[in-house]
Amino acid sequence: MTDLTRLTAADLAARIQAREVSSVEVTQAHLDRIAEVDDRVHAFLHVSADRALNAARAVDEDVAAGREPASPLAGVPLAMKDVVVTEGVPTTVGSRMLRDWVPPYDATVTTRLLQAGIVILGKTNMDEFAMGSSTENSFYGPTHNPWDLDRVPGGSGGGSSAALAAFEAPLAIGTDTGGSIRQPGAVTGTVGVKPTYGGVSRYGLVAFSSSLDQAGPCARTVLDAALLHEVIGGHDPMDSTSIAEPVPAVVAAAREGMSGDLTGVRIGVVTDLSGGDGYQDGVLASFHAAVDTLRGLGAEIVDVRCPHFRYGLPAYYLIAPSECSSNLARFDAMRYGLRVGDGDGASAEEVMSATREAGFGAEVKRRIMIGTYALSSGYYDAYYGQAQKVRTLIRRDVESAFTSVDVLVSPTTPTTAFRLGERTDNPMSMYLADLCTIPASLAGIPAMSVPSGLAPDDNLPVGLQIMAPALREDRMYRIAAAYEVARDAAEGGPQIQRIPEWGVAVS
Amino acid sequence: MPNISRAEVAHLASLARLAVTEDELTLFAGQLDVILTSVASVGEVAADDIPPTTHAVPLVNVFREDAARPCLTQQQALSGAPAAEDGRFRVPRILGEAS
Amino acid sequence: MTAVADLMDYEDVLARFDPVLGLEVHTELSTRTKMFCGCSTTFGAEQNTQVCPICLGLPGALPAVNGSAVESAIRIGLALNCEIAEWCRFARKNYFYPDMPKNFQTSQYDEPIAYNGYLDVELADGEVFRVLIERAHMEEDTGKSLHVGGATGRIHGAEYSLLDYNRAGVPLIEIVTKPITGTGARAPEVARAYVTALRDLLRALDVSDVRMDQGSLRCDANVSLMPHGATEFGTRTETKNVNSLRSVERAVRYEMCRQGAVLSGGGTVTQETRHYDESTQSTAAGRTKETAEDYRYFPEPDLVPIAPSREWVTELQATLPEMPAQRRKRVQTEWGLSDAELRDLVNIGAIDLITSTVDAGASPAEARSWWVSYLAQQANTRGVELADLPITPAQVARVAALVASKELTTNLARQVVDLVLAGEGEPDEVVAAHDLKVVSDDSALIAAVDAALAAQPDIAEKIRGGKLNAAGAIVGAVMKATKGQADPKRVKELVIERCQ
Ligand SMILES: [Mg+2]
Ligand SMILES: [Zn+2]
Repeated sequence: MTDLTRLTAADLAARIQAREVSSVEVTQAHLDRIAEVDDRVHAFLHVSADRALNAARAVDEDVAAGREPASPLAGVPLAMKDVVVTEGVPTTVGSRMLRDWVPPYDATVTTRLLQAGIVILGKTNMDEFAMGSSTENSFYGPTHNPWDLDRVPGGSGGGSSAALAAFEAPLAIGTDTGGSIRQPGAVTGTVGVKPTYGGVSRYGLVAFSSSLDQAGPCARTVLDAALLHEVIGGHDPMDSTSIAEPVPAVVAAAREGMSGDLTGVRIGVVTDLSGGDGYQDGVLASFHAAVDTLRGLGAEIVDVRCPHFRYGLPAYYLIAPSECSSNLARFDAMRYGLRVGDGDGASAEEVMSATREAGFGAEVKRRIMIGTYALSSGYYDAYYGQAQKVRTLIRRDVESAFTSVDVLVSPTTPTTAFRLGERTDNPMSMYLADLCTIPASLAGIPAMSVPSGLAPDDNLPVGLQIMAPALREDRMYRIAAAYEVARDAAEGGPQIQRIPEWGVAVS
Repeated sequence: MPNISRAEVAHLASLARLAVTEDELTLFAGQLDVILTSVASVGEVAADDIPPTTHAVPLVNVFREDAARPCLTQQQALSGAPAAEDGRFRVPRILGEAS
Repeated sequence: MTAVADLMDYEDVLARFDPVLGLEVHTELSTRTKMFCGCSTTFGAEQNTQVCPICLGLPGALPAVNGSAVESAIRIGLALNCEIAEWCRFARKNYFYPDMPKNFQTSQYDEPIAYNGYLDVELADGEVFRVLIERAHMEEDTGKSLHVGGATGRIHGAEYSLLDYNRAGVPLIEIVTKPITGTGARAPEVARAYVTALRDLLRALDVSDVRMDQGSLRCDANVSLMPHGATEFGTRTETKNVNSLRSVERAVRYEMCRQGAVLSGGGTVTQETRHYDESTQSTAAGRTKETAEDYRYFPEPDLVPIAPSREWVTELQATLPEMPAQRRKRVQTEWGLSDAELRDLVNIGAIDLITSTVDAGASPAEARSWWVSYLAQQANTRGVELADLPITPAQVARVAALVASKELTTNLARQVVDLVLAGEGEPDEVVAAHDLKVVSDDSALIAAVDAALAAQPDIAEKIRGGKLNAAGAIVGAVMKATKGQADPKRVKELVIERCQ
């Protein structure tokens, strides 16, 4: 029998509708896989087997009754990043602060997934409050990269990317503030998409940096990501920054791209993000090969300068901490979450301070303090204010670039997966993992990472980043799908299937 | 340009309600210094005439209709409370006055 | 406990200093739902039942602006002769406090929706004082804490506190004056008159309940003194918890006398927040904070800017009702009042109540009579402002209508009003529940008249003999027998009829 965990979401959905396999069987296969490998991968913080099987059963009943599927992904399992609020299911955000919190409401993304008949297997590990690039900042311990268990799966959404690469789920939800979908996608050889800011509702995502946070689809193929994108995307009145426009037609674009022709497409290589200090040779080699492939598909390749991108990282590390210092103020031991130091006449103020000290990890505290500093009177203009101006300059760089090209490309991250523990003592070196992903975040434009083979120097996955103008996700999906087909053809099969097995027999 | 002292870190921690330890004061003073120095390059860009971007997607006038929506039940509201009494959240004694 | 402060004699304060005032008024809007969520704003619901993920500040929840609140804010701005911003934003005011679920207040900072206005305030002697308005901005209210343990039920000495977030997120408009100078001895009076005028204006706009006793109108009074001839303002204090119009006046006067004593004793005034205590009619300092407040304001990233179109603003301008000042001029002419009569009505805060009662269908004479006599007495007895009586102009108009249609006598009408004031419901409900209608059924009255005549045959004889004055005794007996529910005029007619 086919290993159901190795199939794409599109394939699984089709087989479920054709009654070749039931959603319960598909779900159970993934639950079994989780039981088998997750003690080594640690992608999940919480598995809700009963809920998942109930949801699967409901889909099977629909199929049996001959009802129209709720969506093209009905019955397909999904791994949800633990930053998305789920009613009745623990939502910890990787933090001790919310260890036992069971939300009384659903995020809009959650509601849309459930309405689409998608089966939520459980909640995935992440850097605490989505701050980090390795999942090592999770209070619950790190996630391991399925390509090499001694390496990080990226972050903050390392649980979601690892779950895909370990075949624990064919679909996952991530959130991306400065690269937390794309960078984990790159280092695990999976597809990760950050939609246009405002393209997917933020209602019910535990906020890190409000002006940057975006939820997005993660999958092993471009088409699967597109299918999921159309399920979760679109206007939501509960999020005032949500754009009142239809979801871009990304599924059609991916299908168009799969024909493999990019004639007439103009692709700009961002020279400011394609070399220099900190870039691994193997990453650059993979990137240049990918660009050659795109050229081979008929695309016109030009070099593009974005002179202000180099200020992206510093601007990001002022804006995101500033917003997080305010967003995380609500975790104060009064209404929900951890409370320590109560009793013995302790005051509310003391309990708040003691709880926040105990409940937040080092990186979260560090960012709260940077943000508190950057917003305080006397420093606001020099830090937060100036960073917001840099944002304008980066937006202008992007706007001007898109007058001459359809999309921009760069490596997703300067290096392949680093070793666990390698960067934990040096915050700045950790921050560099987001170097290439931050500009699109600051500009609010969509960007995705699609696997571009393995780096020749360490045989680890590399990601190709494709950035498009706001609401033009269709362009990047088309190009990514075309590239994916060409890549697999050249490599003789899907890259993800080359992932090493670590003592787990493939059936 | 930044030179963050332990005292400044202590002040920031108190504004942020973090009961940091002595060891952390030292650690954070050093790390904040490094981070703030390296992000200070945002100041290099001459940007006097550049408007700040607070929203990546420029929208205005997004309003909700003044129509009631269902609330949580009292039980749901208090479901996560570390302590509750008489349908209210129970919190330790409050020292300061509201600002 | 705080020691009783030295106070300088008021006249002595004025002999040496000029007071400077700054008044910050917060008014809760009477929108159906909260500022940023769809929770109801009804006052007095069971604790923590008018809350949702948004106003409880649950992780992941996001605000969404109530369009009606913005509309009210603009109308208030226009009524205060303000400019309406072409573009403005919400900002986060960051500070920790348990009654504030997000530990920041979503407010407006350097971009208020309305700014640069004025309000003309009429003092008791008819002098008009112009108070300049700095700004009016939108923000959200906090929850309410109940302090448990300790002797007083107050925050100091409490063992713990209980929080109810029903009020958290209710829309507030904060209206801030520019420094008010040149009032001299009339500073306390100006302060009171300003808050009164603002209350009347907000009521006319129908945007708020403006009940100081329930907290839907709250005033913080900033007071400082500067020596005569000085060019710089002195250090100010901000007095909070001023919950009635009377207290506004008293708090300002108290602070002037207290600061006067401090300054003349060679001391300096500490810039601080003080709290007004109604029972002692004095202010006391709050707990001093170790660290200076730094609110770290920044634009609220979860909300988009507000850019009211000029068309919208013009449209809203057209919806403004007659303002209290214009209304006074009009009613003076219409009702033929002397300046003094008008001022009396103004001073007890009756004008708007009377006109609203007239608008609800009562005649001007009836409306005036109710508010300036019977209801004014009731307010006096209860020690509240006329407007704070729990009866609405519509209810008064209904009672007047029942009297006009002879369904109630004046006596019965007062009973109905008493029951409405006691919270028993609408006039018609009260009449039904207590069976207070005039006995208008003649056959029932005739029976009562005949019984009274039979009981007092000598008086009956006198009446039959033409001494109609004697009828009074029979009328009295019938009124007694019908528990006051008969119309005495009709009874008298029947008595005479039955004796002929
Ligand atoms: Mg305020
Ligand atoms: Zn609410």
